[in-house]
Amino acid sequence: MEKYRIDLSKGLEFGLYTLGDHISNPNTGKRISAKQRLNEIIELAKLAEQAGIDFFSVGESHQNYFTTQAHTVVLSAIAQATHKIKIGSSSTIISTSDPVRVYEDFATIDLISDGRAEIIAGRASRVGLYKLLGYNLRDYEALFEEKFELLLKINEEEIVNWSGNFREPLNNAEILPRPKNGKIPIWRAVGGTPASAMKAGYAAVPMMLGALGGPVSVFKNTIDAYREVVKSKGIDPATLPVGTTGFFFAAETTQEALREMYPYINEGMKLTNGQGFPKQAFAQGADKRNVINVGSPQEIIEKILYQHEQFVHQRYLAQMDFGGVPFEKLAKNIELIGTEILPAIKKYTAHK
Amino acid sequence: MKIVGISGSIVGSKTRSVMNYLSKEIADKYPEAEFILIDLAEYNLQFSDGRNYLEYEGDTGYVTKTIMEADAIVIGTPIFQASIPATLKNIFDLLPISAFRDKVASMLVTAGSSKHFLVAEQQLKPILSYMKAQMVQSYVFIEEKDFHHKEIVNDDVLFRIERLVEDTILLTATYTKLREQKEAQYLF
Repeated sequence: MEKYRIDLSKGLEFGLYTLGDHISNPNTGKRISAKQRLNEIIELAKLAEQAGIDFFSVGESHQNYFTTQAHTVVLSAIAQATHKIKIGSSSTIISTSDPVRVYEDFATIDLISDGRAEIIAGRASRVGLYKLLGYNLRDYEALFEEKFELLLKINEEEIVNWSGNFREPLNNAEILPRPKNGKIPIWRAVGGTPASAMKAGYAAVPMMLGALGGPVSVFKNTIDAYREVVKSKGIDPATLPVGTTGFFFAAETTQEALREMYPYINEGMKLTNGQGFPKQAFAQGADKRNVINVGSPQEIIEKILYQHEQFVHQRYLAQMDFGGVPFEKLAKNIELIGTEILPAIKKYTAHK
Repeated sequence: MKIVGISGSIVGSKTRSVMNYLSKEIADKYPEAEFILIDLAEYNLQFSDGRNYLEYEGDTGYVTKTIMEADAIVIGTPIFQASIPATLKNIFDLLPISAFRDKVASMLVTAGSSKHFLVAEQQLKPILSYMKAQMVQSYVFIEEKDFHHKEIVNDDVLFRIERLVEDTILLTATYTKLREQKEAQYLF
């Protein structure tokens, strides 16, 4: 776990992630400028650090209604604005970028941040960026596998010899700069299915699992599938961290949290995904056995502890800014996390 | 209420003829309903390549988005080789899982042989159910002998179309009301 900068004695890590969506507030119909959204994301990272949150990450999405296409640039600004919080991507679409350039960016962010940068590499749930960035969608899987493998190789080896199908070979190439401690943690982003998780298992890399909604038991199956594959490769699954990501919204009462959160999620999903979030399914989100962390601080604590008991995961990333949530609400959520949720979670999950 | 009719083939004329009757029936009896007919023969659709429906452009983007915005979908289809035409199947492939959640679907089937009667029941209905449509259970099955010069000459078929329209509208209105009632209970 040290390789991935995770200290089990401190308990479950709690992080925030943003996809960098840029959507009107459904309650007012108004959308802030891209400049304001970017500034607020950097401010959020600062607030998260002050609240004692462990990790903050920014995603790369190239379609309409998003604003952190250049997510490494945003992370670089966050690196400069913060001092101790770990920072990363959620995710970096490695399929449509050159792994050499991606590694150069993150190694640089790691140096600027004094050793706090991580990469979560994914395949993109939307595919418009293939055309935008000049790749063939038919190579969707092959692009990811080849580029992800190269990214891992660059992390392991200072002098790289490599050849593949989607870029020129590397002959004794020295990829610089090197991160502060030689390497950075690289995770594989995984959708909800066991099949996708097993691919992370075959690569024997840390897994960051998207768990937006649904029963905890379903995601437990996916995590189990990942660990089974890791074990079959002769590697102890306990050496590889698992993280989960999902919707989060805290308010004084569960009813208030559901009422406030629903329009953001529903309208945001309609715009970015083409289908809203069914009310019936959202109502079930309040149940302890559902992965959506919505409710009063006490209920969210119970949910996260239940998830930890089932998943035995090392990091949870909360997405609370999706769908045009105004900044003051986000600040309020961070306050609730820092004062109530985080201390309880750390207390119950830290290994003495 | 937004109703989209799909004429599911680019071959022949019977399905389109039937959809014209349907269109007229809706316009005459339910002028307040908004009806859009999509005759696949008039569009140039690409095959599904797995992307989100919002990302298709041109005709494909228009057709997928129009269907996704509907409250009810009336599917007209011929039967080819004991199955639905590939053009119609492609429409389903272009749409997301659960695309018909909160939508009502009904069917009109034209066929060259009475032996095709159960094809809609056994092939089309399971697709629509999988995609979460609320089904109008009875469908209108129309054979070659019911047409003459592109017109329906069997009064029974005309009555059945009338009933299908009534049932589609009533089920959509009822289902919308049901959903509103259920959602009002959630307090969020």
